[in-house]
Amino acid sequence: MNIIISNSSDEPIYQQIVKQIKNLIIKGELAENEMLPSIRTLAKELQISVITTKRAYQELENEGYIVTVQGKGTFVAAQNKELLKENQLKMVEEKLTEAVEAGKAIHLTLEEMQEILKVIYEEG
Amino acid sequence: MEPILEVRNLRKEFQGFSLKNVSFTLEKGYIMGFIGPNGAGKSTTIKLIMNLIHKDGGEIKVFGLDNVKYEKEIKERIGFVFDENYFYDELTISEVKRVVAPLYRKWDNELFHKYIKEFSLPLKKKIKHLSKGMKMKLSLAIALSHHAELLIMDEPTSGLDPVIRSELLDILFTFIQDENKSVFFSTHITSDLDKIADYITFINDGEIIFSCPKDEIAENYGLVKGPKELLHSDIQQYLIGVKENQFGFEALVKDKQKIKRMAGDNIIVEKPSLEDIIVCFQRGM
Repeated sequence: MNIIISNSSDEPIYQQIVKQIKNLIIKGELAENEMLPSIRTLAKELQISVITTKRAYQELENEGYIVTVQGKGTFVAAQNKELLKENQLKMVEEKLTEAVEAGKAIHLTLEEMQEILKVIYEEG
Repeated sequence: MEPILEVRNLRKEFQGFSLKNVSFTLEKGYIMGFIGPNGAGKSTTIKLIMNLIHKDGGEIKVFGLDNVKYEKEIKERIGFVFDENYFYDELTISEVKRVVAPLYRKWDNELFHKYIKEFSLPLKKKIKHLSKGMKMKLSLAIALSHHAELLIMDEPTSGLDPVIRSELLDILFTFIQDENKSVFFSTHITSDLDKIADYITFINDGEIIFSCPKDEIAENYGLVKGPKELLHSDIQQYLIGVKENQFGFEALVKDKQKIKRMAGDNIIVEKPSLEDIIVCFQRGM
């Protein structure tokens, strides 16, 4: 598991951690029920404050990506898959909406749009 | 959360300087950096915590115990690292150990030798022949070898090169892996704190300006740069330590969102370093 922190970035460090761990979970590099390093280990390794890593985990927990079991540690949450798919579906919808709006702006028909989508889909 | 160190309304009067109602709290498992310009009262506060000088008022509790009443008990559990060398110059490291070890009930000889090895300290060398970095490491090895739960350090990194300072930070990170242990240290080398500190307590002229999580400072405080005309507007009252030059000004603000709303595109707001904060407060309101 790789987490790379930039100290000079404008983005708060805890957000950088949240984003990267989320990505690792989405990509499946962190599997369900896999144990995450403790907040203190993470702080030590990344040379950042414990409060920062604590806040990152708190955020991830609130969003349902991870769960902390008292006395045992922090794990990648199980019910995640559904949630992730839901989130990603929402993202696809948003991007498609954008594309449709751009298409309508230059008066493309639905058939023309479908044709474009088909080509792109099959290329990928 | 249980506080490991609690300072309440601490007062101390000297001729020409006073510590005014200093209060702050450090919880178990965290590192607090104690910053401020020279003469702000950092060492005085630390000496008061260690009961090396008498306070004129207020209360200090370490591990929940009064620091004067339970001085002996508390000191068993504190590791103290000082800026200056306080060992006798003519002794070797092993001899120093023989003097110091009996003072602590929980002295751990094995642990001491582990640190000596880890820090590559020469046991047979006399103190006076050690470099500044080695002396600091020796103090630290002694502090860690009696199973201290709280490390109190006065300017431990001053005069040390970046390599040794980075080693020290590693040691401190390792120390607080045990979430019952804490570190309190004063310094004016703020780049060290930018990395490691959970909390920052800032003292200026005997008064605590703030004591809060480090991340909060970065989120609230801002270093504002803008045209000089703004100095005559409403904004002026929020500026701390204004520095003017021919082409504009620079100052610190406590609430950067507010200033952004007030001044809009006329200004740039940057993330201040701890150093910027010290300098601006020193320059005055």
